Amino acid sequence: MKMKSLIAFALSSAFIATPAAADLVIPDLSYRTGPYAAGGTPFSDGYQDYFKLLNKRDGGIGGEQVRIVECETGFNTEKGVECYESTKGEGALVYQPLSTGMTYQLIPKATADGIPLFTMGYGRTSAENGAIFRNVFNFPVNYWDGASIAVKYLKDQHGGSLEGKKITLLYHNSGYGKEPIPTLEALAAKHGFKFKAIAVDHPGQEQKSQWLQIRRERPDNVLMWGWGVMNQVAIQEAANINYPMENFMGVWWSGAEIDVLPAGGASNGYKALNFSPIKDYPVLEEIKAMGDLTGDGSNVGSVIYNRGMLAAMLTSEAIAKAQEIHGVSEISAPQLRDGLEALSVTEARLVELGMGGISPEFSVSCQNHGGAGQAIVQQWDADAKVWKALTDYISSDQDVIAPLVKSDSEAYAAENKIEAGC
Amino acid sequence: MSADFLYGIEVIINGLMAGVLYALVALGFVLIFKASGIFNFAQGVMALFSALTLVGIMEGQVPFAHLINAIFGTSIHHFGWTVPAVLAIILTIGVMVIFAWMVQKFLFRHLVGQPHIILFMATIGLAYFLEGVGDLMWGSSIKRLELGLPQGGSLAIENLTSGLGGDDFYGFFIDKLDIVATIVAILLVILLVAFSQFTKYGRAMRAVADDHQAALSVGISLNFIWVLVWSLAGFVALVAGVMWGAKSGVQFSLSLIALKALPVLMLGGFTSIPGAIVGGLIIGVGEKLFEYLVGPMVGGATENWFAYVLALVFLIFRPQGLLGERIIERV
Amino acid sequence: MLYRESGDFKTSYKADNQTFPIAFDRYRYWVVLAVAYLVIPFVITDYWANAILVPFLIYSIAAIGLNILAGYCGQVSLGTGGFMAVGAYTCYKLMTAFPDVNILLHIVLSGGVTALVGAAFGLPSLRIKGFYLAVATLAAQFFLVWLFNKVPWFFNYSASGQISAPEREFLGIAVTGPNTSAWASYLVCLVFVTICAIIARNLTRGSLGRQWMSIRDMDIAAEIIGVNPLRAKLSAFAISSFFIGISGALFFAVYLGAIEVGEAFGINKSLLVLFMVIIGGLGSIFGSFAGAAFLVCLPVILKLIGVDLLGWPTDLVAHLQLVLIGFLIMFFLIKEPHGLAQLWNVIKEKLRLWPFPH
Repeated sequence: MKMKSLIAFALSSAFIATPAAADLVIPDLSYRTGPYAAGGTPFSDGYQDYFKLLNKRDGGIGGEQVRIVECETGFNTEKGVECYESTKGEGALVYQPLSTGMTYQLIPKATADGIPLFTMGYGRTSAENGAIFRNVFNFPVNYWDGASIAVKYLKDQHGGSLEGKKITLLYHNSGYGKEPIPTLEALAAKHGFKFKAIAVDHPGQEQKSQWLQIRRERPDNVLMWGWGVMNQVAIQEAANINYPMENFMGVWWSGAEIDVLPAGGASNGYKALNFSPIKDYPVLEEIKAMGDLTGDGSNVGSVIYNRGMLAAMLTSEAIAKAQEIHGVSEISAPQLRDGLEALSVTEARLVELGMGGISPEFSVSCQNHGGAGQAIVQQWDADAKVWKALTDYISSDQDVIAPLVKSDSEAYAAENKIEAGC
Repeated sequence: MSADFLYGIEVIINGLMAGVLYALVALGFVLIFKASGIFNFAQGVMALFSALTLVGIMEGQVPFAHLINAIFGTSIHHFGWTVPAVLAIILTIGVMVIFAWMVQKFLFRHLVGQPHIILFMATIGLAYFLEGVGDLMWGSSIKRLELGLPQGGSLAIENLTSGLGGDDFYGFFIDKLDIVATIVAILLVILLVAFSQFTKYGRAMRAVADDHQAALSVGISLNFIWVLVWSLAGFVALVAGVMWGAKSGVQFSLSLIALKALPVLMLGGFTSIPGAIVGGLIIGVGEKLFEYLVGPMVGGATENWFAYVLALVFLIFRPQGLLGERIIERV
Repeated sequence: MLYRESGDFKTSYKADNQTFPIAFDRYRYWVVLAVAYLVIPFVITDYWANAILVPFLIYSIAAIGLNILAGYCGQVSLGTGGFMAVGAYTCYKLMTAFPDVNILLHIVLSGGVTALVGAAFGLPSLRIKGFYLAVATLAAQFFLVWLFNKVPWFFNYSASGQISAPEREFLGIAVTGPNTSAWASYLVCLVFVTICAIIARNLTRGSLGRQWMSIRDMDIAAEIIGVNPLRAKLSAFAISSFFIGISGALFFAVYLGAIEVGEAFGINKSLLVLFMVIIGGLGSIFGSFAGAAFLVCLPVILKLIGVDLLGWPTDLVAHLQLVLIGFLIMFFLIKEPHGLAQLWNVIKEKLRLWPFPH
């Protein structure tokens, strides 16, 4: 032990001692290996490519170059801790951990360190309450919004009433998958549909029992909160039991090309929520023309790539905002927090950036870190191999969600003795 | 007949089919354990690796493309050709044979006579190694396996049986892929049994399994037999990888199917091929039936642990597994 | 030269029986302790604490625990993750139910509860042996994880089933929660590691340890010479689980601070700790440390070399890491099948004769 630790000490202290350069340091906690690599890779590609584009085209943000520090987590919380600690020392501005487990783990830590956490469309839903979660931002939409948007859409599909309908949720048996259950229960009470939740254990390779149960019960709609291999297997099994694909809808993490492609033509008609729709954004052409892409370029323009790009764009807008507020180009992490809190996204600005319609319009405030709470419904066209948007942005039902957010965040505040800000 | 009862039968049928798939993975373990006493932790990764190799060859992917590109700054990904499935399968089997030979030559030859736990640990190292090599060679994205295997429920069976129950019964659901898997598994077992019973090398293999030294003394080459056994296990892994990969695409999670095989092994006995089959069927039916009957009461997702508990209950009565060799202990 | 026993005479049985009979070993031991307690806490950074030392210490406790069971008593267990989860959830329930009681007491109590659970799951070991037992302990692993995931009482009915450690203090210094300073969490773990290692070392030298080892070497023979297998096996399960429970509680409360049972205490954790024990050396306390250091530090070092020094893409490094770790495990095995501890012993033997080996 002794020798080893000493050698390790000597070796790594030599390497870590790189001085913090005067750049905008954005860590990218990516996972390009492990069971969820297929989702982690395009997100990270999109995230990095957009910053690269800014560096190359605009010379950075406000004249400051962006330096991406990538760190591989393999979707493992412990490796995530190592990544967090090693990048923190370099002056990291904002974290985008892309994992519910890591988000919960980082919320208290990052708050204590004064570094903002931007969990776009995942993580802890009640962090929407910015008065209590001062350093956490989960705009533009969160899981509870997602559940409500899905129900709202289904209500329209069933002619305005869900009375007596059966809706089943198939969820990844983890914190992420469990998030929408309280909301869906509340919505079931409000709209009078019968709600049932069916768990699928990680990794979700084997779902025969769950789908036989669905086949027996014939729910009118199935919602899915899945990630990784669970998505592909669920879609395949749904096709196997001849479940009507158009009644099967996933959350935004269950609606990428990689989820539907393995099932081939059988996945035609599968629906999913999305908050970063597929379009021919002019900015994608610029990225392709830029060369020096992060990945092999095959992911450019895919659902999760776009989402990574959106995350990078929102971050860069917040950085610009922070530079404007504080009048310095070399901002610090707490200053970026102010920038994120003052962020507002308008369609005009999006068009200017060459990605009109990639995000709903919203503005962040001190009380509301959750943004618009809007998403679209998209449908998979297996022949054209493309996701088609079915609806415009749908808003969530804040009557149901607001009290849930309030009670959950206040429970957190009480448990951790946090004084509400604002 | 009431719908509930019929659905129970449906669950049992599907359990049997799932059990066959588990048995397929377990077979690979048994082959190696029987012949060399090695509990091969890398079996799951071998399934992943062989399936990755199959898809990679079929699609004409350049092996180690990412590594080559990173070192030389090139950007190559595909050779630009595709290989027909049959040829690709043969090539993949070739790769698995080379792998078996290398494992023997560079690893287990140096570990002859070591205790079980050391051999087990060596396979852990092998699992890490192979997983890394698989990722490096073929990349970690999801790949679609296009062998033209049938997918989806069998409508014929569904229509035929839908009249059995009342309006609440929709006929038996049986996945075509599962039917194919069952047939393949049965063929594989027949093939393996025929091989071990009626061929020269099969007999040699059984001799080695019975007693290494006695086998050596009658002139059987242990090295050759072990390469043979690892190749067979590689082939079984390929079949398992294809059957599971057809469902979910070929990706990292395939290596986790080994966990499904452990209770099967435990129940059936580590040393018995029929045990693996019977164990697979019992586990498949048991876990599905438990999930159907008890699952809804306790919140579901019980399959993972129930398989182990079921095997544990069996073991308490038969500590060597259902069909395992009797453990004779002498002081 | 330095490392030899000539001239090191013992004049009492006590001196002859001590843990480190060779004077140099003894000095080295005190030096390591002195550095660990008196130097490192003053120079430690957040990175060193959270990324390397704290996980290393916590895994060492778990590895010591498993080594008692697998290395000394010969009962291979794959339930470590599940038992760590018992420790973590007990600690969480105690922390939230009795906020005023000392956190260190909670951690010890978590070990106690885990010991009970471990002994219960150890019962089948009286009938099932070898690999069959290893697979049987997986029943504990999967069942416990499922239980903590399913029963909302365990996670205080939170929406996502995650548990987070609230801030708790010891002598006015935060030891859990986000405001813990690096040296505090390091020292808490270090104290537990030291105590656990001393207890484990002395247990394994005493009559209980000898009973375990006789069971390991040949259980029927052990029974004939009067070792009670029920007592020996169950005590090994209970004591091993006690250590593992403590490590689970520390893992949750001090190291990560927030945990999701399936991810943190899944089957991978069980395998990881077992790898540590085997790689380090079965039946060796030093081996537990060596194995934990190997599997905690090596990936970090490889990452630092690959990504920070050579500037390779992170995914490539992650893949190469797997290849290299796998290769090193196989290489060490071929060179020294009994783990790092045996390698260390061989070096020591050589050192004793150095520089005149003949």
